[in-house]
Amino acid sequence: MATTSPVEVEPDLTPDEVTLTAKPWVTIVWNDPVNLMSYVTYVFRTYFGYDQKKAEKLMLEVHHDGRSAVSNGTREEMERDVQAMHEYGLWATLEKS
Amino acid sequence: MSGFTRHRRSGRIIATFSGFEADLLRSLASQLVELLRNEAAAPREHADPLEAMLSFDGPTSEPDDPVLARLFPSAYADEEAAAEFRRFTEGTLRDGKAAGAATIIDTLEDAGLPAQLGEQKVVIDVELDEEAALVWLKSFTDLRLALATRLEVEQDDDAFWRTLPEDDPRSQAHDIYEWIGALQETLVDALH
Repeated sequence: MATTSPVEVEPDLTPDEVTLTAKPWVTIVWNDPVNLMSYVTYVFRTYFGYDQKKAEKLMLEVHHDGRSAVSNGTREEMERDVQAMHEYGLWATLEKS
Repeated sequence: MSGFTRHRRSGRIIATFSGFEADLLRSLASQLVELLRNEAAAPREHADPLEAMLSFDGPTSEPDDPVLARLFPSAYADEEAAAEFRRFTEGTLRDGKAAGAATIIDTLEDAGLPAQLGEQKVVIDVELDEEAALVWLKSFTDLRLALATRLEVEQDDDAFWRTLPEDDPRSQAHDIYEWIGALQETLVDALH
């Protein structure tokens, strides 16, 4: 079993950095030759609630770079997102950011 | 093929299929249901046969069938974490995908698709609310992933499929794959 280490917060961190430290996992969506660009954009809009511009930007990242980090959060949250992506037929994994 | 459109007054998403098209969709959806329900989830390795018999755990290793492996990819690079995730999710995901494909079959039959397509000409009018349209949309993805995996479709391989002789059985299957893709495109448009 993988274990999570306790989150250590440096006293001099700014609030933004603290937020990042507390959301150490990301959901990665990988490119595949099958899913339509319009469909992937639709999924990012519908499931994550992103606006068209952000959804398209992430879709293009997947398309051109082969992968894109589409959400971040706790490990449990990212497991939910990955499961949802699999429901939609997207190829998704999670990892520590 | 006209595909899906949103009916202006009712707001419902509608499409008209020929008997042949509807029968083809039903046949593909049935094959997917069968694969999801019958192809045993990879059994968990148990040292003790009694423990194995009494275990209702989900599978922990990637399915052998490449279609199932694509529909249920490993969520973690780490094997142990991937197994744990799979154990808790694959069963639910399988049920959801099988239910989605079954919805397509039921809708087509409720719309008048006979159990056996005979000589008579039938036209199948499908009318979906937003929720049902999303179920169809996801299931089209599953069908396309299944076909593409069997055909070994790759990125930017259009030239290969175009030059394939028409009597190659893969050519016809690829046409069906493209047809469902075009249908799905109209469904995404209609849902916007």
